[in-house]
Amino acid sequence: MTELPLSTITLSTGFGLMLIGMWGMLVRKNIIRMIVGFSLIDTGIHMIMVSLGYIRGGTAPIIDGSVDRATALTRVVDPIPSALVLTAIVIGLGITAVMLAYAVQIHTHKETLSIEDCSDSKW
Amino acid sequence: MDAMTLLTLLICAGILFGAISAVSMGNVVSAVIAAGLTSLFAAVTYVILSAPDVAMTEASIGSGLSTAIFLYAINRTRRQEREKND
Amino acid sequence: MAKRLLIILTLFLLALMFWDVVASYSEKQQLAPVAAHYVGQGPDELGAPNLVTAVVVAYRGLDTLGEVTVLFLAALAVGLLLGTGASERNTGPANPASEIVETAVEYLFPIALLFGVYIFINGHLSPGGGFQGGAVIASASLLLFLALPGVRLRHALLSAIESLSGFSYVLVGLLGLVLAGGFLDNRALPLGDYGALFSAGTIPIIYTLIGLKVGAELSVVVERFRGNA
Repeated sequence: MTELPLSTITLSTGFGLMLIGMWGMLVRKNIIRMIVGFSLIDTGIHMIMVSLGYIRGGTAPIIDGSVDRATALTRVVDPIPSALVLTAIVIGLGITAVMLAYAVQIHTHKETLSIEDCSDSKW
Repeated sequence: MDAMTLLTLLICAGILFGAISAVSMGNVVSAVIAAGLTSLFAAVTYVILSAPDVAMTEASIGSGLSTAIFLYAINRTRRQEREKND
Repeated sequence: MAKRLLIILTLFLLALMFWDVVASYSEKQQLAPVAAHYVGQGPDELGAPNLVTAVVVAYRGLDTLGEVTVLFLAALAVGLLLGTGASERNTGPANPASEIVETAVEYLFPIALLFGVYIFINGHLSPGGGFQGGAVIASASLLLFLALPGVRLRHALLSAIESLSGFSYVLVGLLGLVLAGGFLDNRALPLGDYGALFSAGTIPIIYTLIGLKVGAELSVVVERFRGNA
């Protein structure tokens, strides 16, 4: 291995983040800690998607004075993963907020945050 | 290995360290702060990967608002616990 | 213990799968065909220098409309779950912040709001846009909640802003259907000078509406989580 491309580093970090988050989600019993694990998985997926859109030596996809329009095709990174991740982060916040609202609600009714005390909704 | 690769390696090590702390720390508040730190480092890698729009979103939403919502939720569940004990 | 072993086995198999992906990955040297079209034709077709904004608002505009709907539903669900009952109990006055913090926030809050507006109005020219600007506005409200525990948002005003901007978003999209090539087509208005503030057709209008909507929704979500502290 003579050189290590930037996007390979971030890609493997993204996968590592997914594994760590999944570990946290599966092992922990506290609901809030499971949600923390979920948001780690979320960040990992975003990192993977942004890494897949990277072009070697690319610059930001903003075509103004500093990037010539003729050479833009070879110089900018892929704008589509950026756009998708942009919306995915906002939706991730929405999902996290709903999950936390349910956690608060569970705590109000059961006065516990442990997932093991919620076995009545298990089939 | 140039400076950029080294910087990326360091930041990615920071991300993994933050994530491991977030799942292994005993205190829930510390875990949430560590997860916020992970998001902040991820925002830096987006800048390195030339995606400034995503970096702005991640920095403001992933590490800012999301951490705040987590802390408010923890505060609410704690406050009710304390009331119950009184 | 058996459960723990099962989890480790699952994660190990997942890691094997991921390793395969990482090993077969090589950094791309050129753009994929769709992206090449967006980069090559985007500035001429839509007149927006920031191509991420062009993809979010124009090329994949329908996805963004759906995404705004999802965020609206999330805010609705949070309001439904936390809005009444649980937060009614008065837990006594929270500790007030110090005089310095309160005064600083009174000066910083309008500046933070202005910065959020700046981000979403310039979304088609520089990095940023409706979602980032909205998040900055919500952060400004968060600052307000932290410094002044007794402060209340005016929900009637915020829901009016929120529903009006959502409604106008669809109206602007329909305008594209009538005056240009299709739903959410940004060429309903003239494209203007490339790189000017008032350019790129309806992109700045749509992003401003998204910014107002996201800012109002996220502020209310944060306030719901704060409860009646």
